[in-house]
Amino acid sequence: MTDATNDPAATAGPTPDQARRADAADRAAGAPMLAADGTPLKKSLARSLRIQKARALMLVAPLLIFVLVTFIAPIGDMLFRSVENQIVSETLPRTTARIDQWDATSGDAPDEQMFEALFYDLFIAEARKEHTRLGTRLNYEQTGMSSLFRRSGRSLDDISDVYLDQFEDLNEAWDEGRPWAELMGEPDWIADQEEFDAAEAEGRMPAFRVRDEMLELLPRAAATYETFARFAQTEDEDSPLEEEPWGLVHTALYYDLMEADVSGYNGPQAALLKEADAAVAEFETVNFKEGMLAIDKDWGSVETWTTLQMYSPDYTSGYFLNAVDMQKTADGPALRDADERIYGLLFKRTLFMSLVITFSCIALAYPVAYLLSNLPARTANLLMILVLLPFWTSLLVRTSAWKVMLQQQGVINDVLVWLGIVADDSRLVMINNQFGTIVAMTHILLPFMILPMYSVMSTIPPSYVRAAKSLGATNWTAFWRVYFPQSVPGIGAGSILVFILSIGYYITPEIVGGTTGTFISNRIAYHISSSLNWGLAAALGSILLVVVLVLYWAYDRIVGIDNVKLGG
Amino acid sequence: MAQAASTDAFVAFERVQKSYDGETLVVKDLNLSMPKGEFLTMLGPSGSGKTTCLMMLAGFETATYGEIKLDGTSINNIPPHKRGIGMVFQNYALFPHMSIAENLSFPLEVRGMSKSDREKKIKRALDMVQMGAFGGRRPAQLSGGQQQRVALARALVFEPELVLMDEPLGALDKQLRETLQFEITKLAHDLGITVVYVTHDQTEALTMSDRVAVFDDGRIQQLAPPDELYEKPQNSFVAQFIGENNTLQGVVEEINGNSCVVKLDSGDIIDAVPVNVSKKGERTKVSIRPERVEFNKERLKEDAHLLKATVKEFVYMGDIFRTRLSVAGNDDFVIKTRNAPDQRRLRPGEELEIGWLQEDCRALDA
Ligand SMILES: Nc1ncnc2c1ncn2[C@@H]1O[C@H](COP(=O)(O)OP(=O)(O)OP(=O)(O)O)[C@@H](O)[C@H]1O
Ligand SMILES: [Mg+2]
Repeated sequence: MTDATNDPAATAGPTPDQARRADAADRAAGAPMLAADGTPLKKSLARSLRIQKARALMLVAPLLIFVLVTFIAPIGDMLFRSVENQIVSETLPRTTARIDQWDATSGDAPDEQMFEALFYDLFIAEARKEHTRLGTRLNYEQTGMSSLFRRSGRSLDDISDVYLDQFEDLNEAWDEGRPWAELMGEPDWIADQEEFDAAEAEGRMPAFRVRDEMLELLPRAAATYETFARFAQTEDEDSPLEEEPWGLVHTALYYDLMEADVSGYNGPQAALLKEADAAVAEFETVNFKEGMLAIDKDWGSVETWTTLQMYSPDYTSGYFLNAVDMQKTADGPALRDADERIYGLLFKRTLFMSLVITFSCIALAYPVAYLLSNLPARTANLLMILVLLPFWTSLLVRTSAWKVMLQQQGVINDVLVWLGIVADDSRLVMINNQFGTIVAMTHILLPFMILPMYSVMSTIPPSYVRAAKSLGATNWTAFWRVYFPQSVPGIGAGSILVFILSIGYYITPEIVGGTTGTFISNRIAYHISSSLNWGLAAALGSILLVVVLVLYWAYDRIVGIDNVKLGG
Repeated sequence: MAQAASTDAFVAFERVQKSYDGETLVVKDLNLSMPKGEFLTMLGPSGSGKTTCLMMLAGFETATYGEIKLDGTSINNIPPHKRGIGMVFQNYALFPHMSIAENLSFPLEVRGMSKSDREKKIKRALDMVQMGAFGGRRPAQLSGGQQQRVALARALVFEPELVLMDEPLGALDKQLRETLQFEITKLAHDLGITVVYVTHDQTEALTMSDRVAVFDDGRIQQLAPPDELYEKPQNSFVAQFIGENNTLQGVVEEINGNSCVVKLDSGDIIDAVPVNVSKKGERTKVSIRPERVEFNKERLKEDAHLLKATVKEFVYMGDIFRTRLSVAGNDDFVIKTRNAPDQRRLRPGEELEIGWLQEDCRALDA
């Protein structure tokens, strides 16, 4: 070859090389580029892009809002649920505040004060009917907690009645609402409440206001009475002026009077209070710890208190530890016993089977998509209908059909036996195991692989392969070096689709998976609908989400996400 | 008409036929032979079978009948990749997932060439089409004209002796097309390669080629150098298809060796050269090029037959004037005159007499 560049001037117009050099010279001059109106080019470009973006945003707004509300928000909620644990500290605020003072390694149940706090918390929780929920929650961590809480809730009055009865015996007034209200409440509030009661009005009662003097003088009784009054007002819609308070308040008053000096008190009901103060020294008392142990001896066990202590913080890693076959112990997270581990296995199995399904789909779909995209349009459309046919049949029907095909008395086994390949007494087990799940899911997900492959392949003009051959490439080289790389975006799109669909697949493994072919999603569904352990389900779901995102990220790094095409 | 295939021809089609559907022949009895180094253009209307011929030569279509020979040996059964024919496609067909340099490297790699040799050749080929600075880019980052240059370089980089080009400039604008036409012909001559070039732009065919094969209806209508094609069309299809042409219908009155007399349908008598007519009484179309029509009697022979004409339209086209006349019942009779200082500009409605030299007026098939 000789060089033909010797006379570029003879050609009309600048050659590309010359044009590039001229451009470079302009840039070297260092002047910023200006748009026609004199603003810097960069700025006016940015402005026009911004307007375009705003318009685009408006067009996607309806979908965006829909997605935010129905997709992003639930995912956020799920992520939150997987660590959220406020139920313990909300239901047992006093106990959780103290619980860190208890040393689990001491081998003894906590002291009297802890039981006093527990008694207060449980009493209020029982009034609010919240103690059984907490019991269910803690039962996930230690069996027996649910019944412990239910039983304790029923018997708390055993302790409080001791004090309630003695106060009543002392003076009937302690059995009425009015004296209590006058003792504890602000006079203004009493006036407001009286007016409200007289009017027999509907709506919100004037909120109870406790007297500051009482908070100082009788802190426990004032606080518990306040809780009672608020509860009566909002939950029962009863006037505290007429309601006798819980026995808890009497109990609190007993302990306050034992410590307080009320001789200087001159406020409302001073006589009643002073009379009680004089009498309480003679009262029969109950020890909280003994009382609780009498109700249920499990309160004396270290395990119960260890569980309470470990799950007292507002946020817990417990669900996540659970989801990776670990548990909290006094010495930090530890692996569960070998026979209790299931989730690690399930995750590994789910990933492995999803990969197998994805590769089976690639292997089966590539030739079909290639054929489809190289056939004349009429034939291709006909075959395309066959590919899409499964979409028009119910998923359940297709999966059940596989059951019929693969079971031991099924079509395939019958044919094999008839052909003499398999003996009648050793029929193949092809269903209710991994094999069944893989076969059925490969079949079900195949269209998701074929469609993106086909739409990418049908945009590859035949002239590329022809060009490759004219350049000297054999059929195989032309396919492998030229056709295949251009079809990779289709493989990528199909693989992502199939892999992500299968990793979260539920129905098919449920039906044909048996015990060895089920996925992690089957376990999630079980926790959502049967065991009602939503926190664990959320943790499993979150891990699944993270795994998918990590794989997606890895895919982006290796293949490049802009290499994914669903069509032209 | 088509030449008989000679044994020393570089490319030869011998009685080649092609049918896609088994019902119609897309190529009917094609005979063509090309010497080494020739630039041959296939020109013809859409659907006339040009691409089909090219594809048969490249090996992507098989001939239904007949033989195609390259350098004396039949290539009917040789697969495309062993033919060693360079090819430039209309849509360029640059591999989008490879850079320009990789595209050029491809034919060298499949030939097992060493890396250093490849790099030398790629550089030389890219410089040859003035694309040396673009080796690292992807095809999508180039303009149409730049892609075309790369496609050309890729077809040439493995030094084929025969290069096929199927409407390589079809998608480019006029100016760029002209630049590249010039470059392609120059390259072809400098490198001494044989080129089969397909186009349906007749200017392109006339300016670039050594010989032009005019296709119609699956046959070569005429195969000749550009000047002969233009000045001596063999039949009325070629006369119509190449350049602008005036036709008048008539009957042969007298035929006498190299000259004949034709009586037009309007009754006028004119002289012509018989090309496709052989006997008296035969119907004929006579063809005269617009620039060969003369209305200045001083430049015509004394005894030339003259026709009455009325000026219908005068168009100023810069270098020439194009005047439409009504002649012998034909309202679309066009004459072209050079824009010279002494040239008369005809006015619509003006009446005049026109004539021409007998050898410029060819009596063709009806
Ligand atoms: N693959 C094919 N199958 C069936 N018929 C075809 C095929 N390719 C071309 N034809 C037909 O063969 C005839 C010639 O086609 P060809 O492509 O050779 O024309 P062409 O001269 O290159 O036209 P153009 O200038 O439009 O490119 C056309 O009638 C076309 O419809
Ligand atoms: Mg064509």
